[in-house]
Amino acid sequence: MDLGPKLFVFLLSTFLGLEVIRRVSPLLHTPLMSLTNAISAISIVAAIQVMAEGNTTFNTVLCTLGVVAATINIVGGFWITDRMLKMFRRETNNRE
Amino acid sequence: MSNAALMIGTISEIPAGNVHEAANSWLGIASYLIAAALFILSLKWLSHPRTARRGVRAGEIGMAVAIVGTLLIYQAVSYLWILVGVVVGSLIGAPMAVWMPMTAVPQRTALSHAFGALAAALVGTAHYFQLFGKESGIDHFTMAILALEVLLGCLTFTGSLVAFGKLQDLIPSSIKGLPHQNAINIGLLASAAGISVILTVSPGHAWLFLVLIVLGLAFGLCLVMPIGGADMPTVISLLNSYAGLSASLMGFVLNNYLLIIAGALDGSSGLILSIIMCRAMNRSFTNVLFGRMDASQTASADDVYGGKVKSASAEDVAMILDGVRRVVVVPGYGMAVSQAQHAVRDLFNMLEERGTEVEFAIHPVAGRMPGHMNVLLAEADIPYDKLKEMEEINPSFGQTDVAIVIGANDVVNPLANTDPKSPIAGMPILNVGEARTVVVVKRSLSPGFAGIPNPLFAAENTLMLFEDGKKAIVDVVAAMKEAA
Repeated sequence: MDLGPKLFVFLLSTFLGLEVIRRVSPLLHTPLMSLTNAISAISIVAAIQVMAEGNTTFNTVLCTLGVVAATINIVGGFWITDRMLKMFRRETNNRE
Repeated sequence: MSNAALMIGTISEIPAGNVHEAANSWLGIASYLIAAALFILSLKWLSHPRTARRGVRAGEIGMAVAIVGTLLIYQAVSYLWILVGVVVGSLIGAPMAVWMPMTAVPQRTALSHAFGALAAALVGTAHYFQLFGKESGIDHFTMAILALEVLLGCLTFTGSLVAFGKLQDLIPSSIKGLPHQNAINIGLLASAAGISVILTVSPGHAWLFLVLIVLGLAFGLCLVMPIGGADMPTVISLLNSYAGLSASLMGFVLNNYLLIIAGALDGSSGLILSIIMCRAMNRSFTNVLFGRMDASQTASADDVYGGKVKSASAEDVAMILDGVRRVVVVPGYGMAVSQAQHAVRDLFNMLEERGTEVEFAIHPVAGRMPGHMNVLLAEADIPYDKLKEMEEINPSFGQTDVAIVIGANDVVNPLANTDPKSPIAGMPILNVGEARTVVVVKRSLSPGFAGIPNPLFAAENTLMLFEDGKKAIVDVVAAMKEAA
């Protein structure tokens, strides 16, 4: 396995993630968690890849279940994040 | 190896017939680059409420681009089964998003960590048996990472399910685990590590791989079972981090850089949140995971409360609130339990109409997941610029006429500052005691998660309103209307 470039990418993405996420207001920590959770459902891509590389029924079953689990997070995660963010509003002027 | 193969290394490893053209692999690379960039922008835009929804759009587009790109690269895949998976997943996922009450968001999040980890564990297992069947076998290094990935996926799966069960009250919070729980945990972890090493040396032992899966599942159960209540925000954040890390490790094994990047972003987000949660309780990771709250060192409830607690009625509180300049509301998990956020909004509106300044003091660990209180108050239509973080609002309690504590306990317990022996010693708290009058809405004097009495309830300037959170606030609002 070619470890070098992967560790490099992993390290850089982790640092980038720490920098970007450090700036997220605590106000939005709940939507943050549901959004990153939806993004990490990128494992759907892994399920497709492994399904393509194999040819046994066992392989197809496991990968299909993987696609199901990941899709639940993609659909549910993005949707509920948006539902939450829609509710955040600034003070309206007519109350002043 | 061309650049294309470096980016999506597996192209060079699958039979030539499976991949149509170099054009497809270039499309694939382009889609992965775009997706990675969009994921990063998505998190960047989330940093402020103004741009946050744009962040969600970016994430969605990135995900769609990545999936289409992958289907272009692997055209040999059975589209039928993927379609079945996507349809079933959507049918389960959509109701979980649309009809989920905001008070149940912590449970939903725990459940989604379980699904994420399950996907990673399933794919890792499928990949192992795929490599296992091949002539070339599995190289040691791939095996080591694969073992770690599947172990992490399995323990996060069961751990998140337990967290879900506890938050949904399916598992009674009184369950504190087995006797010698820490010894059992260390034993499970040590055996899992040992098996991983054996597998790395000789990856052909498929039965050991299955044992590893079982150990991972058992370890997840044992790790989270004894943890409950106020430690949940930390545990959920930690599980978030593990789920991301296992997706990232999957990327190492599959030579898929997009997985490495997206998983690392998720992992770092979970890590940051766990650190913030631990700091907000002045505890360490090990203390949260393996420590037990020990309340035996502190004074008994009778010593603290004996004859000093003053109780008030809703009418008394309405009178106190009449004509005051500044009120700070401190919400806790009790507000979520009694669904009091809409009643609190009515109180907020009424006070603002009368010219009283109202702000909300949000402790980082209030509720059952990071930021939980903010979402509930936003749902009740309270403007987010009224929600203040602890550091920002603490200096202003001295100029506050009335502090109203609803369903919070340990986060306002002054023992954290005064008693070095208490289990919450050193935990940063909201200094509500500095307000001229403190009104505590609470059903009884029962202790919070830390199991210790709270001297605030017996303080000179504190009034207790013994009532369910929602009913209490509704009564106060009604009494204020009547008096007006």
